[in-house]
Amino acid sequence: MIRVRNLKKVYQTRFGENLVFEDLNFDLAMGERLGILGRNGAGKSTLVRLISGAERPTEGTIESDISISWPLAFSGAFQHQLTGIDNIRFISRIYDQDFDRNLAFVEEFAELGPYLREPVMTYSSGMRARLAFAISMIIEFECFLIDEISAVGDARFHDRCNFELFEKRADRAMIIISHDAAYVRDHCNRWGVLHDGKLVQYDDFEVAYADFKELIGWKPPPGWPQIQVSTA
Amino acid sequence: MLLWRNMPGRCIGALQNNLALMYHRNIQVGDIYVARLMIEFGGATISFASLAVLFIAIEWMEPPEDFLRVAAGWLLLAWFGGALAMMLGAASHMSELVDKLWHPASYLLFPLSGAAFIVAALPPFAQDIVLWIPTVHGIEYLREGFFGTRARAIYDLGYIIPFNLVLTLIALIAVRYVSRRVVPG
Repeated sequence: MIRVRNLKKVYQTRFGENLVFEDLNFDLAMGERLGILGRNGAGKSTLVRLISGAERPTEGTIESDISISWPLAFSGAFQHQLTGIDNIRFISRIYDQDFDRNLAFVEEFAELGPYLREPVMTYSSGMRARLAFAISMIIEFECFLIDEISAVGDARFHDRCNFELFEKRADRAMIIISHDAAYVRDHCNRWGVLHDGKLVQYDDFEVAYADFKELIGWKPPPGWPQIQVSTA
Repeated sequence: MLLWRNMPGRCIGALQNNLALMYHRNIQVGDIYVARLMIEFGGATISFASLAVLFIAIEWMEPPEDFLRVAAGWLLLAWFGGALAMMLGAASHMSELVDKLWHPASYLLFPLSGAAFIVAALPPFAQDIVLWIPTVHGIEYLREGFFGTRARAIYDLGYIIPFNLVLTLIALIAVRYVSRRVVPG
């Protein structure tokens, strides 16, 4: 169970204080998957970084009795000058995992071939995403924080990610950020809309999405709903 | 005596290059600095030791009279360098000016650090001035370990040790300040 209470984050900018959000409260239990919608800059990634422990809140508390992953984003939490293999070795070591077993898994899953022995900075964003995802699957966290992992990569990679996350690890807690509404709809069982420093929570995706569309001022194109906007 | 000069060079901007690693909760800002300092200390110590052994082996130099004193002087200098490096490293994350100013400053400090002169050979008024510089005390102490009674070393451990302690305190506060505000990226 993760308990977020009165969470507030303020960034110091050159123009004074910028309030990202305040008074955020929610609980997340094992098996719950919270999907968060919000505009660019609404604070979705900031929220995930706070929950991961990478950053500290300005006010409020995050209590947790389960292990939480780092934010799984396509850029990955890597040292870019090191090779893929060195990053696997590094992460295996800081999380106290077996390197050889992890290497075998990543080689099989990421399908990077000889590029695993090249520096990460030479990778394309798709390759980086594959490596990032494979590495984050080698550590069995109880809660996964997923920040737009679906934005890059090909269909085959998506299918494999979805299988690893939502079938093999369906019992875990997750917080998923995505601009792909269908992805959030299909894979979450709770939803939240982050807007103007407030998080509104929903149990029904359609209600959440309708509110979200209104907030961002989305207008249906002419002919809607006959024209389907491509969704996953 | 590149020890204290290269350490800040290592730490300035160290955080920027490793921001992505800050996503992992078990990596802290201080860890990155400590890791860099260990590399720098190891490298400088190996080069100092191997040059000393080489020169002693070909008899250009005599073995130090008091090895422990040499080691202690070396550690004092490393301590100063490490604390200075952490402070400047953390400060460089807050302002790029630190990086730009440190390079010329380090060149200016280099001849004054104590490596290039013997304090006892200076006129008294110059002695008073250079003894304000902490590295001078460390190097003089190390020199005494090497040459013992054959050269008169002037130093005050009662100056460099408190100086290092205060510098370490400032460095730790600076690292703490930065680690509270760091945004991984």
